[in-house]
Amino acid sequence: MSEHVLPKKLYFMVFLALVVLTAITTGVAFIDLGPFNTVVALVIAVIKGSLVVLFFMHLKYQTGMTRVVILAALLWLAVLIGITMSDVFTRHWTEKGKAWQQSSIISPDSVTRSTVFWLPDRA
Amino acid sequence: MSTVAVELTPTLPEVHYLNADYGWRSWLFTTDHKRIAWLYLFAITGFFAVGGLMATLMRLNLIEPQGLLMEPASYNKLFTAHGLIMIFFFLAPSIPTVLGNFLIPIMIGARDVAFPKLNLLSWYIFMLAGSVFMFSVIRGGVDTGWTLYTPLSTTYANGHVLSAAVGIFISGFSSILTGLNFMVTIHKMRAPGMTWFRLPLFIWALYATSVIFILAMPVIAITLALIALERVFHVGIFDPALGGDPILFQHLFWFFGHPEVYILILPSMGVMSELVAAGCRKRIFGYSFVAFSSVAIAAISFMVWGHHMFLSGQSLYAGFVFSALSFAVAIPSAIKVFNWTATMHKGSVSYDAPMLYAIGFIGLFTIGGLTGLFLASLGTDVHLHDTYFVVAHFHYVMVGGAIMGYLGGLHLWWPKMTGKLYPEAWARFACLLVFAGFNLTFGPQFILGYLGMPRRYAVYAPEFQVLNVMSSAGASILAVGYLIPLIYFTWSAFKGPVAGPNPWGAKGLEWTIPSPPPTNNFDETPIVTEAYAYGPEEAHVG
Amino acid sequence: MADAAHASAAPVAHQFDDFEQQTIADTFGMWLFLATEVLFFGGLFCGYSLYRNLYFEAFTAGSHLLKINYGAFYTVLLICSSLTMALGVRAAQLRRRTALMVLVSLTWIMGFAFVFVKLRYEWYGDYLEGLVPGLNWAPSRESMEMINHFHAAGPHVALFFIFYFCMTGLHALHMVVGLGLLTTLLIFAKQGKVTGGNYNWVELVGLYWHFVDIVWIFLFPLLYLIGGRYV
Repeated sequence: MSEHVLPKKLYFMVFLALVVLTAITTGVAFIDLGPFNTVVALVIAVIKGSLVVLFFMHLKYQTGMTRVVILAALLWLAVLIGITMSDVFTRHWTEKGKAWQQSSIISPDSVTRSTVFWLPDRA
Repeated sequence: MSTVAVELTPTLPEVHYLNADYGWRSWLFTTDHKRIAWLYLFAITGFFAVGGLMATLMRLNLIEPQGLLMEPASYNKLFTAHGLIMIFFFLAPSIPTVLGNFLIPIMIGARDVAFPKLNLLSWYIFMLAGSVFMFSVIRGGVDTGWTLYTPLSTTYANGHVLSAAVGIFISGFSSILTGLNFMVTIHKMRAPGMTWFRLPLFIWALYATSVIFILAMPVIAITLALIALERVFHVGIFDPALGGDPILFQHLFWFFGHPEVYILILPSMGVMSELVAAGCRKRIFGYSFVAFSSVAIAAISFMVWGHHMFLSGQSLYAGFVFSALSFAVAIPSAIKVFNWTATMHKGSVSYDAPMLYAIGFIGLFTIGGLTGLFLASLGTDVHLHDTYFVVAHFHYVMVGGAIMGYLGGLHLWWPKMTGKLYPEAWARFACLLVFAGFNLTFGPQFILGYLGMPRRYAVYAPEFQVLNVMSSAGASILAVGYLIPLIYFTWSAFKGPVAGPNPWGAKGLEWTIPSPPPTNNFDETPIVTEAYAYGPEEAHVG
Repeated sequence: MADAAHASAAPVAHQFDDFEQQTIADTFGMWLFLATEVLFFGGLFCGYSLYRNLYFEAFTAGSHLLKINYGAFYTVLLICSSLTMALGVRAAQLRRRTALMVLVSLTWIMGFAFVFVKLRYEWYGDYLEGLVPGLNWAPSRESMEMINHFHAAGPHVALFFIFYFCMTGLHALHMVVGLGLLTTLLIFAKQGKVTGGNYNWVELVGLYWHFVDIVWIFLFPLLYLIGGRYV
């Protein structure tokens, strides 16, 4: 646990950066970037989160083990979300009622068009 | 082997953690990890009795193809309660909270865990959880199966899903806090000289288990909260009629559910390392392999959950990945089995109860693990999913594996915990009864599953009756096998012969302190040199 | 055994060898707890990801039905409260009791403002507009126009709102717990218990508070800014 005291100036600079990034992310939302809106928003969120973790939470000055803990938590969250999404994205590769050898890989926009196709046919 | 020959008859220490203080307040407000271990022991034994009673009723019912005792509605409630109680209120706490609580500080040379008051709070939270859950059972129970699949559990079930979910939710917090406590203790409170590779393998296993507690339990907590929300507010998070995806529930549930079963087996594997080392009076073969395999199991276990969902409508391609990884997760477990067996080679093998349980574990866990591979491979799982094959597989690993390890550990460390010896002849007899009864109960179930009998069914086709009756007969033998230790352990605590500090002649910090230990464990901080420091001379004792 | 001679006169629990070990253990424990919280919120993020991909139009429509001003206000408010909290930890390190109490109080006020505005104005407003699934799901004509504008289905927009209330609700619950922790901290500060060289309690509460802030940093773009506001 670090004993050294960080200068007030550092905290204020981080604060300023966070506010500016918030303004940017809100502002960018009003510009049409297509799918990049999401990318930009998430990148900015990661930067803001990192600033808070590194400086406000003093992670920059902590032992390696603490970093491992946080990285492990984030990594396993990524596993949960990543593999679940991989299931969602590839479910339609096997068309309902067909043997898997007969399916073809359908174009990506059908992901958004696909609905809940595992429901039994309603009587 | 009988007790190592000593010059003097061992006597109990004058002051130890059991007689250091008297009165119910000294127990219910204790912060001593050893007393908290006893609090847990009584609690989980009670839950085991309840879960066991349910199993008894189930097996009685299955004597007749049309069900001997009850309607399917009641049977469904029984197997749900049996599963939830055995998993959350017996197996998951068993080794970590009883043996782990008692031994971790002693094995690493500390005076207590990192957060003793949090430790006591964990027990109270556990008792609260059990009370809430038993309230659900008494009010009529839940009939969805322990997996609480949606939309049955959220929309259509008529049972007391909410209180059951709340009970499990609360028990999750108890486990998280225990895991947190253990991790901080193992990281930050080891005695001087106790490097990671001088730790007993039991500690490595419990460390890996604690990592799983930290990462997996919060996910089941939020999933249960979502079930509760959907049930109370009738909103369609998982309901396909409203656009929800029931498979999302299964992903969230099994992301917790699969690591959970490794929570159940890893501590038992840790106990196994201690049993084999003590029972063969030899250093565990391939220490680092066994240590790393615990960590590897914990890590890979988080990536295989989809093998419970091959038939759910999950993507076939995700199924490929899950299947391959499930084969991979078997490897570290196999490494452990090979290493224990190699340890026995040219060791001075004793046939006391702890070692008998260990040998039983090796055989039964191997069968359980190998049959898991049939379930991990997509083609065979299509036929075996939701049959008694699955039931047999997981009982082989959870009962033949985890419970045998737990009982072996109880026997090994009972002299340390109570200062008394249990009667060895009765212990060996009970172990053999357990082994025989267990195999008669669950062996036929592999065949039943292969022949197509579905699980969670109160009635079955008449051609399955012979195997079912065999299974139920085995269950009665198993029950007797579990009852006998209850009796002789209780007897030995009061009337057993005094054990002395090290009745087994084993190595490890716990055997260097008196039995029972003083409240502060060590009078002086121990100096640690090497784990499992068995020399060649130990191999010829006894 | 317990080393008595240490710079700080703070008590050391019996299981620890010295003050430093206790501090390190306490801090490590708090980081582990935060790791569990990451996974706890994570389950909701997982469900959110799944449904956002299945029903992107509905999520866009739902996001437009939220008021972006509230979201931006909350974000800035929490960032300010994180600043005051971090400065409070610094004050405790420097043994400045008054400064610490002022900063903790400011943090508390901002946290309270967050919860109050959210419940009294934003959520109550949503309820009146019929946008609360389970309690009052009856979107107004304007809302339905917005939903149709994005070619979304009503039940899927309801799904968005379920996740909105679950995620911000869980977050708000954590804020309330945080307010409780801050209150305790204020009491300890007043009693001078954390300005005598043993400021770790302040650091621990600060870690929790910052974590809750980080969750909101992610919730804001994921809930309020879906699909952009250029339409």
